[in-house]
Amino acid sequence: MTSRKTAMVLGGSSDIGRAAARAFAKCGYDIVLAGRDVAALEPDAADLRARYNVEVGLHRFDVLDTASFQSFVGGLPALPDVVVSIIGLLGVQANAESDLAHATAIMRSNYEGPALILGLFAERFLARGSGTLVGVSSVAGDRGRASNYVYGSAKAGFSAFLSGLRARASRGGVHVVTVKPGFVRTKMTEGMRLIGPLTVEAPVVGDAILNAVENKTDVVYVSGKWRLVMLIIKALPEAVFKKLKF
Amino acid sequence: MTLVSGWGRFPVVDSDVLRPRSFAAVGEAVSSGTVARGNGRAYGDAAIGAVRTVAMTGFDRIRWFDPVTGRIRLEAGVLLSDLIDTFGPRGFLPFVVPGTRFVSIGGAIAADVHGKNHHCEGGFGRYVDSLLLRTGQGEVIEASCEQNSDAFFATIGGMGLTGIILEATMRLRRVETGWIRERVISASDLDAAMRALEASNAATYSVAWIDCVARGRDLGRSLIYLGEHAGRDELADGIDAFPVGKRSTLGVPIDLPSMTLNRTSVRAFNELYYRMGARRAGGSHVVSLYPYFFPLDSLKEWNRIYGKRGFLQHQCVIPEAGARAVLGEILDRVARRGEASFLAVLKKLGQGDGILSFPLPGYTLALDFPVKGDILNFLDEIDRLVVAAGGRLYLAKDARQSRATFAAGYPALQRFNAIRKSLDPAGNIRSKLSQRLFDEV
Repeated sequence: MTSRKTAMVLGGSSDIGRAAARAFAKCGYDIVLAGRDVAALEPDAADLRARYNVEVGLHRFDVLDTASFQSFVGGLPALPDVVVSIIGLLGVQANAESDLAHATAIMRSNYEGPALILGLFAERFLARGSGTLVGVSSVAGDRGRASNYVYGSAKAGFSAFLSGLRARASRGGVHVVTVKPGFVRTKMTEGMRLIGPLTVEAPVVGDAILNAVENKTDVVYVSGKWRLVMLIIKALPEAVFKKLKF
Repeated sequence: MTLVSGWGRFPVVDSDVLRPRSFAAVGEAVSSGTVARGNGRAYGDAAIGAVRTVAMTGFDRIRWFDPVTGRIRLEAGVLLSDLIDTFGPRGFLPFVVPGTRFVSIGGAIAADVHGKNHHCEGGFGRYVDSLLLRTGQGEVIEASCEQNSDAFFATIGGMGLTGIILEATMRLRRVETGWIRERVISASDLDAAMRALEASNAATYSVAWIDCVARGRDLGRSLIYLGEHAGRDELADGIDAFPVGKRSTLGVPIDLPSMTLNRTSVRAFNELYYRMGARRAGGSHVVSLYPYFFPLDSLKEWNRIYGKRGFLQHQCVIPEAGARAVLGEILDRVARRGEASFLAVLKKLGQGDGILSFPLPGYTLALDFPVKGDILNFLDEIDRLVVAAGGRLYLAKDARQSRATFAAGYPALQRFNAIRKSLDPAGNIRSKLSQRLFDEV
């Protein structure tokens, strides 16, 4: 019997997923990586083993295949101590405005899938009486903006789900963390013009996730500046806000 | 197109920057005029593609590590800082580290970087057993001493011009701790400094900081830093065997006005620095590997202190026989010019391993200058002294040497180019540096 804790990363092949997995492994957690393409996760698993001498398991997980969620959770050899959902799809706002399939994919990838899977894990965690769930949401969910409201609305839904789940689960010994990274230099944001002082590297987000789990933080703005920025953006009257193009 | 520059922020040029996410995509990214870029710490134009630059830092995975032998296989975008932070606490460090830990493995191989131990342990390439190279004509080959050895020795120190380094297998050094036993020697002039370095040949690590403002009798006065890996028994109780390498928080947030470093401020700094160092001289003490090897890494973006126009680092190596006279002449010219070089480092080097590797047995001197005034002409004059003494300049630092200076310093260029041609007949792999110095026009 090992006494080591296990962290599962859903969306393990993303830059933030890789960073989060490394942060937990460095801290001594065994790791389970889950993603659509298990073969693509092999090099990341090898990396974690080589670096930190931890156990790494791989599982196939497709966030859009919600019908498989029950068997996915039921089929795990052991229930992890921490589940982190990094899954998200930025999409292209302009396309999502007229392409319903694209808009649906964004909504399902950022809200439906992540919420349902964390909800399922929450039931198991509550039955056990312990565990931490981490949802990587977005500052974009704090207020719908003209330039990305399809994505933002899905993240808003996810944030609200996590907030409610946290309130309920906290009575049962289960902690829920909402992470709002702000701009992160990753493949998802590649080519976007990011504002330097508001932008962080993926490892910073990975460390922030680990710290939030260890310190039982509720809501994390990875860069404190974002908390302030979003406070201002949220406070703008709608009459002013609707004139802004960002 | 994106504006790209090296660490010296001179020159700033246009190049398409691509960030492939798979080795297959790396292959697709290569077209006419491409070179790989690691963490962008080459000072000049070495890691800027003539047309297209392939950013490799996303490839940062370890493939395997054997804790028994200390051998490791990794992707070329892994940073030395990552390697040190990850494997240091497990008792393993790279054999060779340059003056900054924020370089990629691919970049370290391509520049065959040297450290404070080159005089006795050789350069970075000596500890590379094999590497995976994507050549300009699209082959992916494993190269080592035994297999594709021409490609191997052309790639070590080859400034990325043999193709794109994808992975490498290298050896790590087993250490008991991450601490260095440091001994400081003060040398009152250049002769004393060179004698002290000569006498310290047996030291694992040695380097001299030179006060380049000092003139006349004090010309070349130096502090020599010797170092050995400290054993566990040399640490006081309660000290962790491996120190923490902090993320630097202290930075240079803006481009300082280029007059910040003037003769008076540097003279004052150097005077203070020399006196404080000289006071510590003689005894030995244990310091963390981070300040010992990477004193400037604690100051984020220190390259901005030279102002917006950037700076040049002139690093030459002079063969041992003529070194004293030429170094004296260079230092005298620098001191008389009065445009103080903030950083001046003198170090003994041994034989290089790659065909185009910089080191040769002799002394290397590195000087920093802000880009202004007649600095380019001044350095051309210095180059004449270097060439006359059979010396050469370090390509990883270079942004401005002439074709003639380069050709005189690197007689193995023809052999290098022949190997390059066999790997890349169409000449796809070209950087701004290769264009400037030796590609056929």
